[in-house]
Amino acid sequence: MSRTGVFVCHCGSNIAGALDVERVAAAAGKLPGVRYAASYKYMCSEQGQQLVKDAIAEHELDRIVIASCSPRMHENTFRKLLKDTPVNPYMLEIANIREQCAWVHADREQATEKAVDLVRMAVAKVAKNKPLHSSFIPVHKKALVIGAGIAGIQAALDIADAGYEVTLLEKESSIGGHMVMLDKTFPTLDCSACISTPKMSEVAAHPNITLMTGSTVESVGGYVGNFDVAIRQKARYVNHDICTGCGLCETKCPAKVTSEFNQALCTRTAVFRPFPQAVPAKPVIDPESCRKLIGKAKCGVCQAVCPLGAIDFEDKDKLITDTYGAIVVATGYELVDWAPLYPEYGGGKYSDVITGLQYERLVNASGPTEGKILRPSDKSVPKDVVIVKCVGSRDKKKGRAYCSRACCMYSAKHAHQILEKIPGARVTVFYMDVRTPGKNYEEFYDRAREDGARYVRGRVAKIFRENGKLICRGEDTLLGRGVEVPADMVILETAMTPAQDIRELCAKLTISTDEYGWVQEAHPKLRPVETQTAGVYLAGACQGPKDIPDTVAQAGAAAAKVCILFSKNEIEGSPMISAVDENKCCGCSACVRVCPYRAVMLEEIDSRELSGAVKRQVARVNAGLCQGCGACAASCRTGAIDLLGFTNAQILKEVDALCL
Amino acid sequence: MPVNKKWMPKILAFCCNWCTYTGADLAGLNRMKYPADVRVLRVPCSSRVNPQFVLRAFQKGCDGVMVCGCHPGDCHYTSGNYYTRRRFMVLKEMLEFNGIEPERFQTRWISGSEAAKFRDTVAEVSELVTKLGPNTVFNERRAENV
Repeated sequence: MSRTGVFVCHCGSNIAGALDVERVAAAAGKLPGVRYAASYKYMCSEQGQQLVKDAIAEHELDRIVIASCSPRMHENTFRKLLKDTPVNPYMLEIANIREQCAWVHADREQATEKAVDLVRMAVAKVAKNKPLHSSFIPVHKKALVIGAGIAGIQAALDIADAGYEVTLLEKESSIGGHMVMLDKTFPTLDCSACISTPKMSEVAAHPNITLMTGSTVESVGGYVGNFDVAIRQKARYVNHDICTGCGLCETKCPAKVTSEFNQALCTRTAVFRPFPQAVPAKPVIDPESCRKLIGKAKCGVCQAVCPLGAIDFEDKDKLITDTYGAIVVATGYELVDWAPLYPEYGGGKYSDVITGLQYERLVNASGPTEGKILRPSDKSVPKDVVIVKCVGSRDKKKGRAYCSRACCMYSAKHAHQILEKIPGARVTVFYMDVRTPGKNYEEFYDRAREDGARYVRGRVAKIFRENGKLICRGEDTLLGRGVEVPADMVILETAMTPAQDIRELCAKLTISTDEYGWVQEAHPKLRPVETQTAGVYLAGACQGPKDIPDTVAQAGAAAAKVCILFSKNEIEGSPMISAVDENKCCGCSACVRVCPYRAVMLEEIDSRELSGAVKRQVARVNAGLCQGCGACAASCRTGAIDLLGFTNAQILKEVDALCL
Repeated sequence: MPVNKKWMPKILAFCCNWCTYTGADLAGLNRMKYPADVRVLRVPCSSRVNPQFVLRAFQKGCDGVMVCGCHPGDCHYTSGNYYTRRRFMVLKEMLEFNGIEPERFQTRWISGSEAAKFRDTVAEVSELVTKLGPNTVFNERRAENV
């Protein structure tokens, strides 16, 4: 028989004012298994806690029920108190007679009756409680950062500076992401490369950072503190241990394909560095355009000219596995492929209709035109430029209802740059709203208008060619009439969209995405850089459209979360997780299928049956992965898997106690 | 106890710890008033609720049962409430087949911020069940078998 102690809290007049606490305590004293029942003014106070300790000693209590405020408030307080007593901290139940009784019922009689019921349920449940003990999981103090744009770079640097090892993964052949492609950054007009390339070199030189370019995540196993990650490093065909990055091969390579870094505005060779300041500053061979590797020609010119013999056509993909304690996802964004979505804008047939990112390359001093704004079709200087905002965003018909957030600011920057660089230029910006919520953002937008940018409120409905001009036809919704603006060049400020392979990566990490593919944070306000999976954090635009300052801030926050995790040698896991009774388990795997954390697995065991020794499958719970939701317990046909702390027996006793 | 006391139903509400239980706490914090005939049973997730628990409650004479969790898509454990939705769609049909009025069993989604929705839902279910009167289905069934 259990020896339960029941303590009814007055909570000043919060509870005692609304119901008869003495009657509740008296009724509790008569319940089966209850050895002691009392009420006190404030159970959570020092004196109240002492009362519990004294009663445990005097009446040899082995389990406790506290009737007080919500367990979300003080369950931990009382668990802590029990740590100093012979009673296990999990031999405790809280009856919520404040938030869910005293405060919500006006009738004193009814409230008292309900409180008695709630105490009876808790007493019945606690009789079935079993002592539980926390498990401790060791923390492997090495972090994996996926994606080496500015978010990943910042997160990696912060973690590495705190003294922990970091592996920084990048699928392209150089780190830097989108930020190094930009010319200037708003609102200060800092040169983007000038502020990001020093960070890139810092990454390359940092003793705590291992840089892995051309690499992707192949598989992820394990759990917080102990993720087993397999990384695929694509064949480079250039031995970077030997290569000095002299660049001779690049000058001799005969294969020419469009440059991804320069947004198809010029070409690159098959053996290439995407841009001069690339990190690592050594080339790789693109197997899809190399004449020798696609087998079209003998070629091999690079191999012949390389003075060090660094070219290796036999290079193969490598699979590298390592254990990481924490993972930061920083995979960034892509720009929406606007051409198929917008046949009304020519669908890509007018070469002078370009994207904002193409413009960034045009205006950049290291870009294809060395910084001169020349339109792609005839390399002439455009005098009339139209900027169209919200291309692909804020339009449900085009599939994206969200605001892409950075475009209002960079379109103001584009307007400013054109008016500054081209004398006599006329810039028209078609907008839906102008959103400038950031430090010095509104001032920057004012400046663009003072420079002479003409803002027209409305969407462009059609772009067509007439007399050598691109005519942008739309509506000025403020004047309520149609407008046609002739342009030499049109810049489309296209929407940010999640990286194409993000869902695949999220499935490997068991984290979720929203309807568009942006990675879901654990809580939109209070846990913005954490995910549902413990030990996996978010930085930058993979979570949603973001500008650079916000991305850098979030990367720092994610790094801080990693450092908090790494500040401990082991983490305490909740003992309220699932457990399997192997004798009852029939190995049907229903629990394996419903588990959102892949915490339940089938394992073969040796078993003695009537027919002799056999091998059979049973479910096993990984204590590091299980979060204690109990979906498995409700799915189990034989009642073999149960959730500790909320077992079938405990809940059924509660139900029975209510229905007395 | 006075004999002429008005009959009050017994309603059991399984509430998930992260959404509905929090919403119920918030209703208390805001001192919202609702009928005193509902008893909340806290579970970590609505997917923890085995349909057998609901059956047991009705069998033991509970007049109404609610299973409440986070809104679909907002589950603290990512996907738990999707299982809840499917499991209890099936159970509801089975209960109806056995003569339990559909109003007696409710699956509702109430988030941690929806205190008013918690209050309104409890009031609504309480009114529905009060109208139906005591649940005697399983008692009668038992008598037939004797």
